[in-house]
Amino acid sequence: MSPGAGLDVKRLREDFPILHTTARGRPLVYLDNAATTQKPRAVIDALVRYYERDNANVHRGVHELSERATLAYEAARAKVRRLLNAREDREIVFVRGTTEAINLVAQSFGRSRVGPGDEVLVTGMEHHSNIVPWQLLCQERGARLRVLPIDDAGELALDELDELLGPRTRLLALVHVSNALGTVNPVRDIVAAAHARGVPVLVDGAQAVAHGPVDVQALGCDFYAFSGHKLYGPTGIGVLWARAELLEAMPPWQGGGDMIASVSFEKTTYNVIPYKFEAGTPHVAGAIGLGAAIDYLEAVGLERVAAWEAELLRHAVEALEALPQVRLVGTARERAAVVSFLVDGVHPHDVGTILDQEGIAIRTGHHCAQPVMDRFGIPATARASFGLYNDHEEVEALVRALHRVFEVFA
Amino acid sequence: MSDVRELYQTVILDHNKRPRNRRKPDGANRMAQGYNPLCGDRVTVYLRMAGDVVEDAGFEGSGCAISTASASMMTDLLKGRTRAEAEALFERFHDLVTGPPVGELPADPALGKLAVFSGVREFPARVKCATLVWHAMRSALHAEDEAIVSTE
Repeated sequence: MSPGAGLDVKRLREDFPILHTTARGRPLVYLDNAATTQKPRAVIDALVRYYERDNANVHRGVHELSERATLAYEAARAKVRRLLNAREDREIVFVRGTTEAINLVAQSFGRSRVGPGDEVLVTGMEHHSNIVPWQLLCQERGARLRVLPIDDAGELALDELDELLGPRTRLLALVHVSNALGTVNPVRDIVAAAHARGVPVLVDGAQAVAHGPVDVQALGCDFYAFSGHKLYGPTGIGVLWARAELLEAMPPWQGGGDMIASVSFEKTTYNVIPYKFEAGTPHVAGAIGLGAAIDYLEAVGLERVAAWEAELLRHAVEALEALPQVRLVGTARERAAVVSFLVDGVHPHDVGTILDQEGIAIRTGHHCAQPVMDRFGIPATARASFGLYNDHEEVEALVRALHRVFEVFA
Repeated sequence: MSDVRELYQTVILDHNKRPRNRRKPDGANRMAQGYNPLCGDRVTVYLRMAGDVVEDAGFEGSGCAISTASASMMTDLLKGRTRAEAEALFERFHDLVTGPPVGELPADPALGKLAVFSGVREFPARVKCATLVWHAMRSALHAEDEAIVSTE
């Protein structure tokens, strides 16, 4: 009867060793999944196995270990391609994370396409990582950063989109799912509107990929970025996907080993994509761990994850709305399982400290999205964000701990 | 496990609810801002110095209970102190909230009621909340004009 019923959460929790530890002497209730997700045993084992059996540099040696490491690294690339439904493996560039992916596009694509008087369009709900790289670019190139605003519910003011997509707009960069508000943006429609004006679109998918199926071909976008650690994978590994013809036309970003075909002091020719953008020894273990995380998620089923998290969101919203002392920030119609809230008369940091004493991990602060906080006239929020292993009991634990907050600050 | 009540003592909650000196004092001639990049909180400290003495002190801005109570109690304590005394209080308060978590330290009489902040040392993530306004105060003591400090 419940749409998430296909997910055996009790069993899935067994896959995550950290969920069976304590925090402040209490069973850990981890509700900070938008910051980073916990790792299943399969990912931890993949990292250990790689370092114990296969560790070698990739794309270089003729020896057996190097061959195995290279195969595993490239197999991870194929898994990412499958996850995103990209056309080709060579459209997948391994980077450190979403932030590095966006910086890569800003520095390579941006610097070759954006000139004085040009415009880059972002939205009012971006993470700092999808603002600052464009600001740096615009400052350097004498270009202008423009912003599509958000409304009181935390949705994009799409009626202003057409006006903002001007003849000088060189790129639209927007977030798929807002980390601060949970808003899911109608990326497909936005991409269509941008493409109608000839404007390419970069999508920050950091909060999207682990919470439901993502199909870059269906979205129609030109660049898609995400981080492994928010997808139950290791930190320090992430992905930039871009259409092959864009990557091929883009100049290299970082120079070094692996990104070249041949080097002399007179002339260097660059490697083919994606290697042109992977200078230096990559995070081989990280990529393999990310591949293991993708295998895990696909075995669980991203559709079922999405349904389960929607159920948790409904429960959390209903429970928090029933508390007169609590106000939700961000009430978009389409939302991911991220709940930002304020408690009357209590600063979010104080909420966070008291919840922490109850073993509950949430994020408090501006969530690296200060313009969002400014838009709502608040310095910070408390944020509970859910993952596939959270359950209804943990929503109840959150509510009980909030009563403790009311009690202390009565 | 440290009890959350050791952090949120009654005195702190009271000053959070009814902060003293949340105003710009008449004739204020020193000011500095404090900014905590961790939470985005900002606080402005105002001093009215007569020669070497703090005649009046106030603050503006809103923050968490720890930072608000710290600002409220600090500005109370500062009035009538010399610059050197205020500097010494900064050091003592800093030691109080960052010292090792020893059970029963003898209370520092110079800090008076601010001893209630000793619970902060059990909560490393919150030390900056307590010290932000003190950093701003110290900066204001040295300021000819407005200055901004960060706790980073």
